[in-house]
Amino acid sequence: MEKVMVKGTEAIGEAAIRAGCRHFFGYPITPQSELPEYMSKRLPEVDGVFLQTESEVATVNMLYGAACTGTRVMTSTSSPGFSLMMEGVSYIACAQLPAVFVNVVRGGPGLGDIQPAQGDYWQATKGGGHGDYKLITLAPSTVQEAVDLTVLAFDLADKYRNPALILADGLLGQMMEPVVFPDFRDLSTLPDHSSWAMTGAKGRKPHLITSFDIDPYVLEKMNLVLVEKYKEIEKKEIRWEEYKTEDANIVITAFGTIGRIAKSVVDMARKDGIKVGLFRPITVWPFPYEPLEKLADKVDMFFDVEMNMGQMLEDVLISIKGRKPVKFYSRMGGVVPTPNEIYEALKKEIGR
Amino acid sequence: MQVIYKKPEALGEKEFTYCPGCHHGIIHRLVAEVVDELGIREKTLVVAPIGCSVFAYQFFNMDGTVAPHGRAPAVATGIKRSRPDLMVFTYQGDGDLAAIGTAEIIHAANRGEKITTIFVNNAIYGMTGGQMAPTTLLGMKTTTTPYGRKAENDGYPMHMCEFLKEAKGVAYLARTKVTTPQDVEKTKKAIKKAFLAQINELGFGMVEILSTCPTNWGIDPITSMKWLEENMIPEYPLGVFVDKVGDEK
Ligand SMILES: Cc1ncc(C[n+]2csc(CCOP(=O)(O)OP(=O)(O)O)c2C)c(N)n1
Ligand code: SF4
Repeated sequence: MEKVMVKGTEAIGEAAIRAGCRHFFGYPITPQSELPEYMSKRLPEVDGVFLQTESEVATVNMLYGAACTGTRVMTSTSSPGFSLMMEGVSYIACAQLPAVFVNVVRGGPGLGDIQPAQGDYWQATKGGGHGDYKLITLAPSTVQEAVDLTVLAFDLADKYRNPALILADGLLGQMMEPVVFPDFRDLSTLPDHSSWAMTGAKGRKPHLITSFDIDPYVLEKMNLVLVEKYKEIEKKEIRWEEYKTEDANIVITAFGTIGRIAKSVVDMARKDGIKVGLFRPITVWPFPYEPLEKLADKVDMFFDVEMNMGQMLEDVLISIKGRKPVKFYSRMGGVVPTPNEIYEALKKEIGR
Repeated sequence: MQVIYKKPEALGEKEFTYCPGCHHGIIHRLVAEVVDELGIREKTLVVAPIGCSVFAYQFFNMDGTVAPHGRAPAVATGIKRSRPDLMVFTYQGDGDLAAIGTAEIIHAANRGEKITTIFVNNAIYGMTGGQMAPTTLLGMKTTTTPYGRKAENDGYPMHMCEFLKEAKGVAYLARTKVTTPQDVEKTKKAIKKAFLAQINELGFGMVEILSTCPTNWGIDPITSMKWLEENMIPEYPLGVFVDKVGDEK
């Protein structure tokens, strides 16, 4: 397998194309503009379609339209852009359409800055748009993982007819790392959506795709179908990484970019004889509640590290159920903490 | 027995939910007749809007969906770009197309998106109970302009055809009405041309159809037609604004 050095944003773009995505709609915003740029160059080479839209509002609705025809489709944006897409994300989720989103999160709230941050965790995992819905949300911590999760995002979106989101950040988007790309997916092997997709009502009853019903009893049934689907995803699709947790007394919880920084902290602490491990959720929805809860029996303390005011912290607390102390350390506004900084904060907590 | 008039195949079985005297029903039928005559029912998709015609996707015998308020041109763009072999039309009211969806319609038109738009202008928000639309006439009373629309507070009536005719991507653009049998014929021709603009891959096609809303105008259907003639026509002159389709052979 050949390893190539690629930038995160471009790696995600190439992975999408290899996963069979031939349609990309997007609007520029830092720090992810290299992704639409890459797609604008690359998609015509594979007979695909790239369109720079007039806004994120239009973007998400173009995704809606393309997904209605059963097409593998993707967009990428950064925080303020993803906020603008929320209306459409809610519609796509309710209409049960597959579409892949990439949010390269930057410092916020508001216009914020263009540095890496994790302030969109709640928006990604708890809603953001209106109504009861869930996004399958994958949080890579290396460029290789971003590649693998992009392919997975398309497959999960197709399998569950649900929007999937790659929750990255500016650091991952901008960094270069060696990766191995998967082979090109044979387009004829992509899932068959002919049972529901809008392809012209030839010789069959019309396929109608909507996100509404005026009768509350019917709408409730639609909601319950979603609830069942989400339960199934929660059962089958949780993914996480554990690092040196077997004998750990302290477990750091962290996702995405800060998850890889936390890995260095584990190694630093181990050198000093402090038994620290790492629990890194890869799917942040569905959140790996049970695997994390299992650790509560074995360790003395959890240390949650994030680049926000403590958003995943709530899910960590739900997992631990008050059985062990959970301490928290964070930087915000686009500040990325160094391993040293985190280690010092951890040592302070344990009086060393 | 000779059948001289029947339901177009492109219309479904479901009964219209429109109020008596509302022109949405006539316009649906005309679209369906055109789709039948062009023989494209089996590859035509409808994108319904938000507004009284939110159910339009249920009335046509074709695949269909409902876009978020105003976003139908973007949804249609996504459909068309992913399946250029299919025909797609949006069906939109004035609140949908000229207020919340102004950006989407202008950009789809300007890109020359190969889609067809049926724009029903009844100068009011029907579904939400008669509030002011961008197309509401000056002096016209609505539930949010109880003293009549005033330019200094509410701005002027929006002329979408006049705005859009400047866009290079537009291949067909016309404003019509359906108050007389002759107008109905003219509207049907215009709708056909707007579809031909798509079929012949010439660009964006739109027909704006002036329409009544007896319920929210608060006048009976017959008087509504008269009101449309006397008040809307001076503000919204009928005509063909762009025609790159040419005459049918
Ligand atoms: C985002 C959003 N804002 C507001 C509404 C409420 N709404 C429903 S229909 C409508 C007006 C539609 O008016 P028009 O397009 O003129 O269609 P008509 O009902 O007159 O046929 C509005 C404002 C909505 N559904 N979504
Ligand atoms: S409220 Fe107006 S636009 Fe809506 S169906 Fe009734 S008459 Fe037609």
